[in-house]
Order: sequence, then C-alpha cells, then structure tokens
Amino acid sequence: MSEPEDLLDIPGTTVFTAAQSRRGFHLNQFCMSLMKAESREAFKADERAYLDRWPMTDEQKQAVLDRDYNRMLGLGGNIYFLAKIFATDGKSFQYAASLMTGMSQEDYVAMMIAGGRSPDGLRSIREGN
Amino acid sequence: MARITAGLATSHVPAIGAALDLGKTQDDYWKPVFAGYDWAKAWVKDEKPDVVILVYNDHASAFSLELIPTFAIGCAESFSPADEGFGPRPVPVVEGHPDLAWHIAQSTILDEFDMTIVNKMDVDHGLTVPLSLVFGQVDKWPVKVIPIAVNVVQYPPPTGNRCWKLGEAIARAVESFPEDLNVQIWGTGGMSHQLQGPRAGLINREFDTAFLDKLTADPEALRAMKHIEYLRESGSEGIELVMWLIMAGALGRGAQELHRFYHVPASNTAVGHIVLRPSQT
Ligand SMILES: [Fe+2]
Repeated sequence: MSEPEDLLDIPGTTVFTAAQSRRGFHLNQFCMSLMKAESREAFKADERAYLDRWPMTDEQKQAVLDRDYNRMLGLGGNIYFLAKIFATDGKSFQYAASLMTGMSQEDYVAMMIAGGRSPDGLRSIREGN
Repeated sequence: MARITAGLATSHVPAIGAALDLGKTQDDYWKPVFAGYDWAKAWVKDEKPDVVILVYNDHASAFSLELIPTFAIGCAESFSPADEGFGPRPVPVVEGHPDLAWHIAQSTILDEFDMTIVNKMDVDHGLTVPLSLVFGQVDKWPVKVIPIAVNVVQYPPPTGNRCWKLGEAIARAVESFPEDLNVQIWGTGGMSHQLQGPRAGLINREFDTAFLDKLTADPEALRAMKHIEYLRESGSEGIELVMWLIMAGALGRGAQELHRFYHVPASNTAVGHIVLRPSQT
C-alpha cells in the first residue's frame, strides 16, 4: 500500500495514515481501554502486566512504559488515543505537547502566549520552507 | 417550514471546557477567551434557535479505531457527555431532535450522501465546549441539538468540497421539513493547531485570518483547498477546519459576516469564532 508522499514531507509531524493506523491498532486500542476507571487502576497497579494483555510489539510496550510519545507516534499511536495515557497520569495536553517538542513546559507555554510556533521553515522537508 | 437562519463556527478546545468547569473564566489567561463570546451569547438570546445542527468531531471518545464513520448523524432522543478520562464534563445531557435528524438522514442519503445513522452516542468536548461557549453554564441547554460527527482523525478526512456539498444537502433537507423551526448550523474545531510531535504548538495567524475572510469573500477557494495545505499551514490538527465548510455550504454563497473573534492561545490552539447570516434571510 503506497502512502501519499506529501504526507511524509511535513517536518516534525506524523500524519495518521492507513499505514500508521494498521501499525498502531493494538497500541491505540490499549489506550482506548484507559477510558474506564477500573482499567486505569489495573494499568497503574502493574503497567507491564496490563500491557501484556494486548498484542502489541515489545517496542510499543517499551515506548508506553518510557512515556516516549514521539516514539509512540512513530509506532502508530494517534495523539487523541495517546491522550488517554497522559490523562491517566494526570497530565495535560500542554504538558504532553511540550514533552514532544523537547521544551520545558514553562518555555512551551511562553511560546504559545507569544503567538505560538511559526510555520516558517516547517512546511516542507523537501522545500525547506 | 424549517429554515436555517444562521451559521456559527468556533474552536472546541478541551481546555476551554476545563477552565469553565473549574471556575477559571476570570483568570488573566482565560478572561479574553470567554469575553470573545459575549457577543454571541447576547445574540443567540435574541435569535432563539429551536435546533442547532452541530458539526464536530469525536476524539477517540465514542468512536475508536473499530469503527470510523466519515459522516455520522445523531438521531437519538439524547446524548450524554462522554467520560474523556477525567469523568464526564458537568454539563447537561444534550437533547436531540429525532424527527428532524431522521428527516435529514433520509433526505441526505437519498441525495446520495451515505450518512451513518447513530442511535446511541456519547458526545465529547468537540460538541459540548461550543455549547458552553455560546450558552454558558446552564441547567438545561436551551436548544435541541443534532450532532453531525465527521472523521478528521484517521487520514483521509472528507475533502472540503465534499463537506461543502454535504452542507448544501443538509440545507435542502431542512427546507423540506414541514414543521416551523428556527435552525442554526454550527461548524466547530480548529483553528490552526498541532498537538503532536516536535512541530507541536504551531499557530498560523495569517492562514487563520485568510480562512475567516474567505468564508464570505471567496468560499470557492476554501472548497478547493487540499488536505496537504491544511496540514502544512495550519498544523496536523488544523485539518478540523474542513468541518467549517459543512456549515458554510449549508448557508450557500453570499453569506454575510455578523461577528468574528480570534485569539491566541487557548492551551495549544488558536481560537477562532465567526457568526454568519445566509443571504436569503
Ligand atoms: Fe477537535
């Protein structure tokens, strides 16, 4: 199955394509299970054991244990699903966003208040614009 | 006869709902956001819509990857606020309008739009935050709501042009409903934002301003805009803006702008809001 090339050409961005969706199906379904309070409790009690209930790859499980959100995105995670993990941790979207950008939350919030990240230079890897 | 008397669009940032629910509306950070909706709050009291057709997207709340409808219409008597991981928002249950919803479903399907009919669905911040912004904190929502859920999570979402045409079909459906109803259509989501990866935090004020302008000045240009342009210019989650075109299509060409508001930031997002009047009314 081919992916539209343009979708892979945006710097620092993982578009949730068919290939990503297939790669991440079980990872995202695991995330979805965290919508239930009892599942959140079971996950918190023993993360590894809870993850082993899902047919995810070891790499995906490790990325969850490490809370490495960029890695999870690369392995097929979708941000709205991954949000269930940081919600379970009691963290905000702003916290997760700052983590993925490699900025401190303080710097990230300041950047947003100053008008956000400019798209200049971040539109296309190919074009460098 | 039922008629669409106005269109409204607004971002539906979850943090806005949280700020409202936690009593933070007067904080320095949030005050300008909520003040941006004072105009719409007063306006809607005069307009007294009976029904709002509310176009939004579900964010892995009602729909997981098990089922991904491109366009779904809520035909139930009522819709409960979803538990998005912190418990449901403390807002009233959303009352539907099954008669009009089923009529729109039938009419649009026969008009060759393959809608998914939904008879049980919880609604997340995508639907309840716009209601909160326009109606405030109430014991009961003063309108019936017909949810139209659009897939913008799994690529590809519908094209902007398809969204516009669905809006036109919804307008035809409403006009052929015999009961005398004052109907509004709302488009939600956007504006520029990206929630994922190293490019998170992207905001494009120029793009957003041009988008707001073109809703009345050049909707044809918006209909033709490709997904890749939304993704590059307005961030990976800015693609939600295609949903505004369902609202715009339902109003048709020649809509007039009554009001707009734009503010950066609400959490990770540019807040955009516009109120439009179709040319016939
Ligand atoms: Fe959204």
